Amino acid sequence: MEHNIIDIEKQALNRIKNAENADQLEQLATRYLGRKGVLTGFLRNISSLPQEQRPDAGKSANLLKIKLEKAFKNAFIQFETLEDEDFAGIDVTLPGRLTQRGSLHPITQVADEICDIFLRLGFDIAESPEVETDYYNFEALNIPKYHPARDMQDTFYVSDNIVLRTHTSPSQPRVMEKRKPPVRIISPGKVFRCDSDVTHTPMFNQVEGLMVDKKISFGDLKGILTTFIHQFFDKHTSLRFRPSFFPFTEPSAEVDIRCVMCKGKGCRICSKTGWLEVLGSGMVHPAVFENVGYDTDIYTGFAFGMGIERLAMLKFGIDDIRKFFENDIRFLRQF
Amino acid sequence: MKVSLNWLKEYVQVELEPPVIADRLTMAGLEVEAVEQRYNYFDDVVVAKVIEVRQHPNADKLSVCKVDTGGDDQIQIVCGAPNVHEGMFVPCALPGAVLPGDIKIKKGKLRGEISAGMLCSAAELRLDTDAAGIMDLKGEFVPGTKLDKALNLSDTVFEIDLTPNRPDCLNYIGVAREVGAFCEPEKKVTLPNFTFPKDKRDDISIQDYVSVNIIDPDLCPRYSAAFLIDVKIGPSPFWLQDKLESIGLDPINNVVDITNFVMMETGQPLHAFDYDKITNGEIIVRRAGNDKAFTTLDSKDHKIEPDMLMICDGGGPVALAGIMGGENSEISDTTTRVLLESAYFNPVSIRKTAKKTGIATDASHRFERGADPEGTVNALNRAVSLMTQICGAKTAVDIIDNHPIQSDPLTINLNVDALNIRLGTKLNSDEIKHILESVDFEAEKIESEILRVGIPSFRVDVTRPEDLSEEIARLWGYNNIETSYPVIAAKGRLLDNKISLRKNIRQIMTGFSFFEVINYNFINKDSCDRLNLSDQDRKRDVETILNPISDQMSVLRSSMVPGLLDTMKKNLSLQTDSVKIFEIGKVFLGTQKGSLPEEIEIAAGLMTGSRSAQSWYSQKIDIDFFDLKGVLEGFLYGVGIQNLNFEKIGNKDFPYYQNGFAAVIKSGDSQIGTLGRISAKVLKNFALKQDAFVFELDFKSLQALIPENITAEPLPKFPSVSRDITIIVDKSTAVGSILNQMEKIAETQSLIEQISFFDLFEGDPLPENKKSLSFRIIYRAANKTLKEKNIKKLHTNISNTIIDKFNADLPE
Repeated sequence: MEHNIIDIEKQALNRIKNAENADQLEQLATRYLGRKGVLTGFLRNISSLPQEQRPDAGKSANLLKIKLEKAFKNAFIQFETLEDEDFAGIDVTLPGRLTQRGSLHPITQVADEICDIFLRLGFDIAESPEVETDYYNFEALNIPKYHPARDMQDTFYVSDNIVLRTHTSPSQPRVMEKRKPPVRIISPGKVFRCDSDVTHTPMFNQVEGLMVDKKISFGDLKGILTTFIHQFFDKHTSLRFRPSFFPFTEPSAEVDIRCVMCKGKGCRICSKTGWLEVLGSGMVHPAVFENVGYDTDIYTGFAFGMGIERLAMLKFGIDDIRKFFENDIRFLRQF
Repeated sequence: MKVSLNWLKEYVQVELEPPVIADRLTMAGLEVEAVEQRYNYFDDVVVAKVIEVRQHPNADKLSVCKVDTGGDDQIQIVCGAPNVHEGMFVPCALPGAVLPGDIKIKKGKLRGEISAGMLCSAAELRLDTDAAGIMDLKGEFVPGTKLDKALNLSDTVFEIDLTPNRPDCLNYIGVAREVGAFCEPEKKVTLPNFTFPKDKRDDISIQDYVSVNIIDPDLCPRYSAAFLIDVKIGPSPFWLQDKLESIGLDPINNVVDITNFVMMETGQPLHAFDYDKITNGEIIVRRAGNDKAFTTLDSKDHKIEPDMLMICDGGGPVALAGIMGGENSEISDTTTRVLLESAYFNPVSIRKTAKKTGIATDASHRFERGADPEGTVNALNRAVSLMTQICGAKTAVDIIDNHPIQSDPLTINLNVDALNIRLGTKLNSDEIKHILESVDFEAEKIESEILRVGIPSFRVDVTRPEDLSEEIARLWGYNNIETSYPVIAAKGRLLDNKISLRKNIRQIMTGFSFFEVINYNFINKDSCDRLNLSDQDRKRDVETILNPISDQMSVLRSSMVPGLLDTMKKNLSLQTDSVKIFEIGKVFLGTQKGSLPEEIEIAAGLMTGSRSAQSWYSQKIDIDFFDLKGVLEGFLYGVGIQNLNFEKIGNKDFPYYQNGFAAVIKSGDSQIGTLGRISAKVLKNFALKQDAFVFELDFKSLQALIPENITAEPLPKFPSVSRDITIIVDKSTAVGSILNQMEKIAETQSLIEQISFFDLFEGDPLPENKKSLSFRIIYRAANKTLKEKNIKKLHTNISNTIIDKFNADLPE
């Protein structure tokens, strides 16, 4: 018995010494110290020894157990250290098995951003047709036939009476015909003008906005649009409201922001004025309300519109509007 | 419109600096687009002192001069002027200077003598009309002084981009009124002398020479005319030429220059006829009627329509009213008697005619926006005075002022409360009155909160109280109106689920490596042919644009495919050889004439090139049908659409797909869209040499299939068991039909959790017309762990049914 435990110890220590890796060591540990292991078996057999041998045998077995546990622990540590020191591993600089993302068109991104700002301000999205009647595109917006204001927009005609909408403003009468005030909508979409050069594409995108309720004022228009500009650009962007003319608003205002390129010093982008025109707006003209049957004594409202390309060009530093519709993937990839 | 500051100062005493004026004009709604220095062209013109003059050796009339231009060395200039003499100070244009008329000064040789500049006459510098010799500056100067400094010349020219509602500012008096309103203190306009000249021929009455008959007063409510004799046509005096040139108008002759000058001053267009070319001195203002053709004074022939307003004499048209005079009655060098017209024409009529004839003149520009109906006589008087002063003319003792339609002066009652609500201001009636009077409105308080406002006749844009609100807002200053925030009810509307669906599709597709593109709505007019569409195809009902940019952009797209193929081609040509793109947009199908086309929203996409580029872990593999199908399955399941079915379609209905390589996509009974490989013929039509796979999905059908709610299923408590079935069938047997059959069985068997297809094998050792297919069935019970005996029978049954149904063999 005495001999036996010495053998076990000798053999075990020898095997621990010769173990090649942590896995083998793990197996050895189970084999000697596990529930069905050699040492457990030995202890179990103690009862079969003569009474007087039992205490010694038990004692030496327990000592061995402690000794082996320590030996295993040391051996494990050794392997761990070895593993830590083995740096060959893999070439982590090999390119990964890449799944490249595609990208959202910059116009979509900017349109979404604009819409999200207004959604947070309690506006809804209301879309309207891209091909439009002369009535909704012009007449309902107080632009009669042969009004000089028609010169402000070069129109594509499908027939005498049907046009590709020149702005997203037709969504105003279309929505107001269907809904009673209060109305708070924005309407993003494509618009078309018969114009093509470095600064014009025959198709581009706008977002229209409309808010109608009792006692809506020009001051409110300033408030909502200032909030928008501060959220879209940054809250330190200075802006100014400048008198202008749209047949469907009175008073009408252009909104200029301090040039984002030169910070107002004057550069090519802002034609040396230090200001960039980013929005058209105004109080809804009473003629527009009359056309949709709103009571002009009770309701006032404001409307605004902005070109998405223009905002995207400022935001991303793009200098040629045609890039948006060339769909060159090398361009799209950047967004 | 261009405005010279020097000229403007004749009407308003403005002392502000030009940049301030520009800024204030802009902020008053008269946007200043550019501010230029009039005498820019003097940058390289300096004062020179003539030091030495000698005869040119090779030319009698030329002198060779040495002049001092302030540099270290004297320079040599050849001069042809007879008055050049030693010691005189003259303007000298140095090499590099560009003089009016685009004359570029260069260093060169004249008859063998070096000439390094030009000594200039006053006419060459546009400083006077004197062209007889070089300009003797008289007095003492420091040589080299820039000429504009030496002569104290300066003028600023503002380019104002006027909005169409402000015709009252298409003239100096109008701009001066605005400028006066923002000066501090405010300044009123000094009007020119509008009284009829005292110096007139008392013995001559216009009535004896001229008659004015307005047949169509609806288009010409007022026609005023004057008559002048002894007119001597010649060049205008310098001051007049200079004024016109300062704003970019070319001087023509004294009479025409005066009409232009008065138009710029007052905004009233005038026209001068050669009286002797007007038959019987008879002016008839009428619609063209039977007149078919007319030649304007620029010698261009125009087609005339019956409704166009013409100025006629006894013999026929002599002017296209309000737009341009006729060649037949034009002022010429021999003109001695002038009939001067100052009229008010209907803006819409002028605009229609100008549009149809394609003529745009300074006159038509003003008439179509609205001239001042009360301004005809003042302008006429002013022009007559100038002609008597400048052209040696004598005027008849009187004028004609035919005014068949008179309108009462407009007054508007302005409610101060309503105004303050609209603007968000707290202005009182006195402040408002003051603001309005600053630009010549008349305002009178008639009740505590009501002002009666008289609208000046030149303000044709102001017709209702809201128009006055703009006047008050812009003059008070938009930026002085306090910013406020509307109070809104916390009651929102539900967003249309198409908004979120679009977002969802975009997110999934970009995650799948697709790039979003936006193509033009217009496509080439031969796109339907290029897509190989049959004559009966609904997509042939395209809407054609009447005035397209080009043939390539002349019809509205009825399919997304041409745009995608063109975009693919563009990218291939830019060396991007794998393209994965998608687009959400509308296609347009024509309906009956005169109504709007049907607008159908489509989600479409295209894949071409390689699935994976060559890499260290994979070979380059070309994209095939199943790459695209996988994307569509991923995205359709991803947005929540269930039960997808792909049914093979021939190229009859979708002739741009290759026969046998395309499918319709269905969910239940509802058809969502198609996908397939573009046929070789169509590829060729689009000049493509690489396979392309395309899908088009109908957005509305997708929208209808999106589940409103998601209900979470409890997770299984017991493990599943999976069993495979491998069978050998004819190559023509569709995997989908076997899967469908198995699904059918599964519907009645609660133990079957999932059926999938996972292996396809063709070729040796299988016979040519056979393929081996492997399916996996996952069994699970809700209440226990399944044992072999629970599923053995069921699995065998399924296997046998399939073998039976599809005439299949088991592998050996």
